[in-house]
Amino acid sequence: MLRHASSATRIARPFRAKLRRSFATVQDTPVRRYGGLKDQDRIFTNAYCRHDHGIKGATSRGDWHKTKEILLKGDSWIIQTIKDSGLRGRGGAGFPSGLKWSFMNKPGWEKDPRPRYLVVNADEGEPGTCKDREILRGDPHKLIEGCLVAGRAMNASAAYIYIRGEFYQEASHVQQAINEAYKAGYLGKNACGSGYSFDVYLHRGAGAYICGEETALIESLEGKQGKPRLKPPFPADVGLFGCPTTVANVETVAVAPTICRRGASWFAGFGRARNQGTKLYCISGHVNNPCVVEEEMSIPLKDLIEKHCGGVRGGWDNLLGIIPGGSSVPVLPIDKCSEVLMDYDSLKDAQSGLGTGAVIVMDKSTDIVKAIARFAHFYKHESCGQCTPCREGTTWMMNMMDRFVEGRGHQREIDMLLELTKQIEGRTICALGDAAAWPIQGLMRHFRPEVEKRIAQFREVNGPVLFGGRLKSQTDPTLALPDNLGANLPEVGAPSQSQSASA
Amino acid sequence: MFAAARALSRHCRIPRSCPAARCISSSATRRSDALFVHRDTPYNNPKIAFEFSPENLKRAQEIISHYPPQYKKAAVIPLLDLGQRQNKGWTSISVMNYVANLLDMPPMRVYEVATFYTMFNREPIGEHFVQVCTTTPCMLRGAYDILDTVCGHLGGIKPGETTKDGKFTVIEVECQGACSNAPMMVVGDDFYEDLTAETTRKVLDAFKKGEKPKPGPQSGRHTSENSAGLTALTEKPYGPGEHCQPEFA
Repeated sequence: MLRHASSATRIARPFRAKLRRSFATVQDTPVRRYGGLKDQDRIFTNAYCRHDHGIKGATSRGDWHKTKEILLKGDSWIIQTIKDSGLRGRGGAGFPSGLKWSFMNKPGWEKDPRPRYLVVNADEGEPGTCKDREILRGDPHKLIEGCLVAGRAMNASAAYIYIRGEFYQEASHVQQAINEAYKAGYLGKNACGSGYSFDVYLHRGAGAYICGEETALIESLEGKQGKPRLKPPFPADVGLFGCPTTVANVETVAVAPTICRRGASWFAGFGRARNQGTKLYCISGHVNNPCVVEEEMSIPLKDLIEKHCGGVRGGWDNLLGIIPGGSSVPVLPIDKCSEVLMDYDSLKDAQSGLGTGAVIVMDKSTDIVKAIARFAHFYKHESCGQCTPCREGTTWMMNMMDRFVEGRGHQREIDMLLELTKQIEGRTICALGDAAAWPIQGLMRHFRPEVEKRIAQFREVNGPVLFGGRLKSQTDPTLALPDNLGANLPEVGAPSQSQSASA
Repeated sequence: MFAAARALSRHCRIPRSCPAARCISSSATRRSDALFVHRDTPYNNPKIAFEFSPENLKRAQEIISHYPPQYKKAAVIPLLDLGQRQNKGWTSISVMNYVANLLDMPPMRVYEVATFYTMFNREPIGEHFVQVCTTTPCMLRGAYDILDTVCGHLGGIKPGETTKDGKFTVIEVECQGACSNAPMMVVGDDFYEDLTAETTRKVLDAFKKGEKPKPGPQSGRHTSENSAGLTALTEKPYGPGEHCQPEFA
């Protein structure tokens, strides 16, 4: 693009270009293409459960190798290594992990007599996300070792792994790994012979998406309803059982030992600046071969799909849109899909987000309004009911989206719905309200004409629709109807349609 | 799923015949998908005794020991789950009361938990609990067809109902976290993935015969790898110390 522009000016002004001295710039810096991770750089070598997930298989794949030496390096070394590696939280928010872990070691923490906890968030419930599952059932020892290393970094005394209740097989694999690690002396008093004592417990949840939120998870772990807490105090000060706690995603914790062993610079060598590392991506929806795969960060979205999933069903041109990071992030239309890179910053620039790296692909056969309406149903079901904007708003959004699926609505209601999402976003304790609002905002940002078309079509067949979905023809003409129901408002936004309707 | 919209459109059609209905808000009163209060019934009342079996009691003590002694109540979810398993897959009021007693909690705190989490069934269920995921990633791959197949194959029951012989209960659930293997359903504790109408019927028939089909993808692939051939992890995994920093090699 840039080179085109400069060559064009050279042609347009040949003399001045010759006379003028050029700046000393590097010509044609090599463009780095991301992606194409080699097997030797993949961390989760048993992601497909093709090998033994028990301790024997795990040690043969390099787990628990010189863990004692890592532990003996001390907390600040581990935290510095994680900071240097550029690891960002893999649960969705993308907070720098080294920094988060260092919050546990505030000056004078040694004087605090309270126990300290690491809580691993294995409550994977975001629609589209199935990456942690592969870690839990294929590489559980990586997670247990990660708990020990991360626990050492934040001087924790115990780790709780909160796994969603539906993952029964996964929970049994993790429990097996914990038992084996205790038996081998890797956990418990004097873990790995380092003189550091550390326990790991498994806690099974019981089916609530909201428990993936860190404070809700803590509440649930304490045996209460999973309703998020107000922050501050942050969990690093008052968390589980009133003690300093850090909640981290499975993937974040599980990569820590490998980063320590292979070096921060190795991990930082992948991906763009501030988005380094490797990541498990899970691709679902309308691709030829959906799969979970570990790839380099910043891999172009199109490459990821073409290379690992056999492309979009019916070819790339048959693509309608992609949700790049699980249900909570806005959908991207095809033109953006072909240029975005799969990392935090690139997707943020495209007004979406990396989330959990769950790519949901939708081809042209998809009823996009219905797909997003189904998300609205999901959030309505999963809202914990604590904050009014979310509890009531998710129900409203669901009702309105359901009407828009068949087009039963007024053009102005699209803006009302958007305003409603803005009223929910940022007005709740946790991010579920935001997460419920964003998919709808994304839909209206990129697919508003589709919604408008349906409304116009419905209006053509059934006549004017009042706000709230009632048809004007169904109202009783003998009764006065309030003006604010939109019965007498002309349709706005799609002039050609309304003209044809009136003609 | 869009029953709500259908209900709404039905609701909207009614006023034509009875013009007296003059409401400004057109949203109908809608009940939640489950009753959140307990009503005594012959099969579910506090007088029915419930107690952990000796081995479950041992397991319960082991679970309680995971938590600090002053926070025994943290074990409420695992213990309710244990009780539900012992009580034929549902959590009766007696189970809740027993757990409350065991953990020295006010019973109300246990009821709160049991109503909040969707995995606690507060009504009896059939022998095989079939849960079909219909959230968007599964929906895109045809989950509603699978749901229709399941319901049709089990004698035309609706989601939420149990078959007459008490063998199957079918419900529609939200994302189960196996999206790359969509569409999927859960029977009991096991995931059956990559379903088609045909394999769905096959799985259900096996359960009807009292067999247990092999869980996991029904399409022949192993887990969540690319079904057309591996695109990653084709080599032998590297061993201990390989590619590591010299001090950890």
